[in-house]
Amino acid sequence: MSDLLSLSLTGARDALKAKKTSSAELTDAYIGAMEAGKSLNAFITETPDKARAMAKASDEKLAKGDGGAMEGLPIGIKDLFCTQGVLTTAASHILDGFKPEYESTVSQNLWNAGAVMLGKLNLDEFAMGSSNETSHYGAVENPWRRSGGDNAKLVPGGSSGGSAAAVSGRLAIAATGTDTGGSIRQPASLCGIVGIKPTYGRCSRWGVVAFASSLDQAGPLTRTVSDAALMLGAMAGHDPKDSTSADLAVPDFEAALTGDVRGMKIGIPKEYRVDGMPDEIDALWQKGAAMLKDAGAEIVDISLPHTKYALPTYYIIAPAEASSNLARYDGVRYGLRVDGDSLNEMYENTRAEGFGDEVKRRILIGTYVLSAGYYDAYYLKAQKVRALIQKDFNDAYQSVDAILTPTAPSAAFAIGENEDDPIKMYLNDVFTVPASLAGLPGISVPVGLSGEGLPLGLQVLGKAFDEETVLKVGGVLEQAAGFDALPGFLAGGK
Amino acid sequence: MSLDKATVAKIAHLARIKTDDAQLDAMVADLNTILGFVEQLSEVNTDNVEPLASVTGHGLPLRADVVTDGAYPERVLANAPDRAHGYYAVPKVVE
Repeated sequence: MSDLLSLSLTGARDALKAKKTSSAELTDAYIGAMEAGKSLNAFITETPDKARAMAKASDEKLAKGDGGAMEGLPIGIKDLFCTQGVLTTAASHILDGFKPEYESTVSQNLWNAGAVMLGKLNLDEFAMGSSNETSHYGAVENPWRRSGGDNAKLVPGGSSGGSAAAVSGRLAIAATGTDTGGSIRQPASLCGIVGIKPTYGRCSRWGVVAFASSLDQAGPLTRTVSDAALMLGAMAGHDPKDSTSADLAVPDFEAALTGDVRGMKIGIPKEYRVDGMPDEIDALWQKGAAMLKDAGAEIVDISLPHTKYALPTYYIIAPAEASSNLARYDGVRYGLRVDGDSLNEMYENTRAEGFGDEVKRRILIGTYVLSAGYYDAYYLKAQKVRALIQKDFNDAYQSVDAILTPTAPSAAFAIGENEDDPIKMYLNDVFTVPASLAGLPGISVPVGLSGEGLPLGLQVLGKAFDEETVLKVGGVLEQAAGFDALPGFLAGGK
Repeated sequence: MSLDKATVAKIAHLARIKTDDAQLDAMVADLNTILGFVEQLSEVNTDNVEPLASVTGHGLPLRADVVTDGAYPERVLANAPDRAHGYYAVPKVVE
């Protein structure tokens, strides 16, 4: 079984095409892995019967030499994507019992490409968090543990924490995620896997539970860069049902992985050397730059002057949009209802019981910054600073092809460690939020281990709709780093 | 700028989230921490800067104003906590 579970997404695709295994066999191995990995709490809902039925259909297609790009490959879906007839929770109490009557465009694209659904993955409530601890369904455990005695349970990062833990611990061969301020890239870094957030507009947001609509983007979490290229290609594409979806052809992302970065210019932004950043993160960053230089790229020092204002900008814009989006949870159309003597009381009771503390915090901040008299001082100001942050990137891309930064300011931390200080938790996204505000694509690739034996990732950012360069540079980093360390928990064993 | 308890209670009411006294105290502290953090934006000179409305610069697409979807009330109501006569049902609003 461990042989099957150790295959990458592209490796399994090739094995299925060559008839070395079947989707039924692969899917059964992963159903066993989900069972073996239950203690990680990565899944909110498992759908083994659906998985077996989909695998059977895939095997019939594969037998005839047919099938799509993801035919027969068993994946997990972040529980923020609506899946027809399958419980969809956003990890919130307020969506109790919600079984959508429709399928999100991204998940439908994956099923159309032949993918097999294993289940729905845990996340921070409404994707608001960086540790997966805000989930109504409980924290997710990172498959990695610190070396050297300390056996503390660690967070997988967030918000796509269930996705990252499942892919890292081999409970799923790959998984979907969503990224609003770093929710794909940060957990990928903390779990030692690959995660790419494409350009805003590359993947349809239709049927994805909305957090902050001007920032939310779907993307894959995978074991390798070529896996990410394969899966992103299957997820992406124009969708008339999302008016912000880009009407652009989806490139052959796998073909972009030429391994050749000779002559490319890679920017190193000085503002990302933040106060209090551990030396080992800085050292890893320099090592990554050296790897790209050895591969023939030119390393260029650049400046993104408004970097330090990205987090405060984000913590106005994202809560503002969230407070508006989450107004729909009123106990009338779906999910939880807590009765009251009047309609207003029913709303207030439902939302008080249905939302967790972090979600309430963000709704209240958002309501405040959008309220009469404060809109200009907060929201409009943030939208202006956002324009300056985007301009920083546009200016930088006049002279470089891609930008290299650390993904996160630390390795995985212990469950409970940062829970009582919202700002400390928000700082996890200090390197990922700027590109989110500018709508730009970014990938996290595992490059090394911390002194405590935990994975650390580096982030490659690219120009708008140039995921090909991001993947190409990420692939060269992956090759040079040769990261092959494995987590302490691995379904099927090592 | 610092929020007091009465202001946070008003915001919570606007957001339709019932909040008891103890929760309000905690929220006042948290919200003031966050507002203190975002306050640093006032350092940035944004004179003559247009607020960013769309990151991609793509215009919003237009289509003909015709009905393209619908006519399945059963599916629309399938997740309703309460329903009556083909409608969502809510507590009585008009006496």
